[in-house]
Amino acid sequence: MPSLGADMEVGKVAKWLVGPGDVVRRGDVVAVVETEKSTIEVEIFEAGVIEELLVPEGDEVPVGTTLARVGASGGTAARAPAPEPAPEPATKRRRSAVGAPAAASTRMIRSGGLVVSPVLRHLAERLGVDVHALDGSGAGGMITRADVESAGARLRQVSHAPMNAGRRAPVLGARPSPPPVRRAHPSLTGVRSSPLARRVADELNIEIDDVQGTGPGGAIVVSDVRRAAQGKLPEAAPSLGQSGEEEVPKEPGPDAAISGTVAGDARQVAMRRAIGALMARSKREIPHYYLSTDIDMSRAVAWLEQANVERPVTARLVVPALLIKATALAVATVPEMNGFMTGDTFEPSADVHVGVAVSLRTGGVIAPAIHHVDRLSVDELMVALRDLVNRARGGMLRSSEMSDPTITVTNLGDLGVDSVFGVIYPPQVALVGFGRVAERAWAADGMVGVRSCATATLSADHRVSDGHRGGRFLGTIDRLLQHPEEL
Amino acid sequence: MTDDDARDLIRTVLGEVAPEADLDSVGPDETMQEALDLDSIDFLNFVTGLHERTGLEIPERDYPELSTVEGCVRYLTTSGG
Repeated sequence: MPSLGADMEVGKVAKWLVGPGDVVRRGDVVAVVETEKSTIEVEIFEAGVIEELLVPEGDEVPVGTTLARVGASGGTAARAPAPEPAPEPATKRRRSAVGAPAAASTRMIRSGGLVVSPVLRHLAERLGVDVHALDGSGAGGMITRADVESAGARLRQVSHAPMNAGRRAPVLGARPSPPPVRRAHPSLTGVRSSPLARRVADELNIEIDDVQGTGPGGAIVVSDVRRAAQGKLPEAAPSLGQSGEEEVPKEPGPDAAISGTVAGDARQVAMRRAIGALMARSKREIPHYYLSTDIDMSRAVAWLEQANVERPVTARLVVPALLIKATALAVATVPEMNGFMTGDTFEPSADVHVGVAVSLRTGGVIAPAIHHVDRLSVDELMVALRDLVNRARGGMLRSSEMSDPTITVTNLGDLGVDSVFGVIYPPQVALVGFGRVAERAWAADGMVGVRSCATATLSADHRVSDGHRGGRFLGTIDRLLQHPEEL
Repeated sequence: MTDDDARDLIRTVLGEVAPEADLDSVGPDETMQEALDLDSIDFLNFVTGLHERTGLEIPERDYPELSTVEGCVRYLTTSGG
């Protein structure tokens, strides 16, 4: 059981996606694990053959428990150069999903002018979409999430056959229903339904188009969905994207839908507790120091506006992408902001995996990583950011995203606050916060003018650095944001 | 596109972007971002959703017009989407 965040002590194996005999490549999603905070796709960091699953579905086990045994690969991996098997023994015991695993899967694939982000490549595989057959609608022909999703939706319309043609059968067969790309297909048949009805349908794993609507004009309302659920629940596949399914009593009575909600509330409580425990630990163990600086954002904002004029909606950039990129690049100047505390020792990280704090709609916050941000173009980062935020809120993240952020960025600017002094996520050593970008009176060159400004803050670990270095770090972020075209 | 079509469309797209959002709770001149707690990524998803269904390019400079429900309806009905 990998550690999917420092606040995780146990995890429940919700679903195995592989079985004995399956050949796996590094980075393949092999299982779905539920934690208190989310539902996470666990990637394997070894190539080889699954020999034995040691933890059955539904079991909750402590972090560090061996989940499965993987033997050396007998054959060759299906396609793409097989990654070298890692030298370690074939267990996933290492807490250190850190670093290494990401490298293989995070580089953008460029072949024949095709640009696909790894996240979209994964999505395409899951949906059975051949990215090579897509016309990218993004900047420079980049394939966007929308391209993949609409191709996936077309595929689903054409047939209900297993969705990922390109993927190995065992993984396929194990998937009960399409993964939560639910935002992509509101209603293929044009039947009207309320947002609440769709959400409840998603939670109950009901196909909205199959529901008989009794609302105005035949629209599907939530009571229709609940009624349909009562008829259907017994054979309904577990909805992995949603919480608490296992807590629902086995014999689904008329209260099934309601107990789903209760389970959701229980998860809320658990999440609150997990966040509280982690933050308390952070405040107890980490001697925080805090700095703040006001950054003139007018160049960055002007550059962004100009860049977006030329872009289709699907490829537009938002300010947080620039902030995240600047933070990732600044790490090169002040490396003691990027890495982990292990015991009393700081281990700087050569890779820059930026945790992005995402507030969840139902409450709570989660900070999964975008990998190798320093190596991504702003466009690639934007694709990754949208994908990550959507998946974080849609309830399906991947294990490597949860386990290995090396620094975190939180942006509360959208809420209108001027600054945020964050609590560091252990075992990381720094957290950068950004407030809103707003026009302020700004004095420069003996003149007072009006500029777009934002306040950047740093919470950093005094065991690793001090205010002088922290100041240098924030100053570097500032300087980088004055040259947005170079980000 | 009629006013009702536009309202339906807004409801549909918002339902995807923010499934728990209750459009009826938003006053006619209240900004959706604030009332529904949409961040910049949500709003971009919203604009993308409108674009995908109407084909409208919706340049960024038009975003302010889209921040209220009424503004959105006006925009969609007058832009020939």
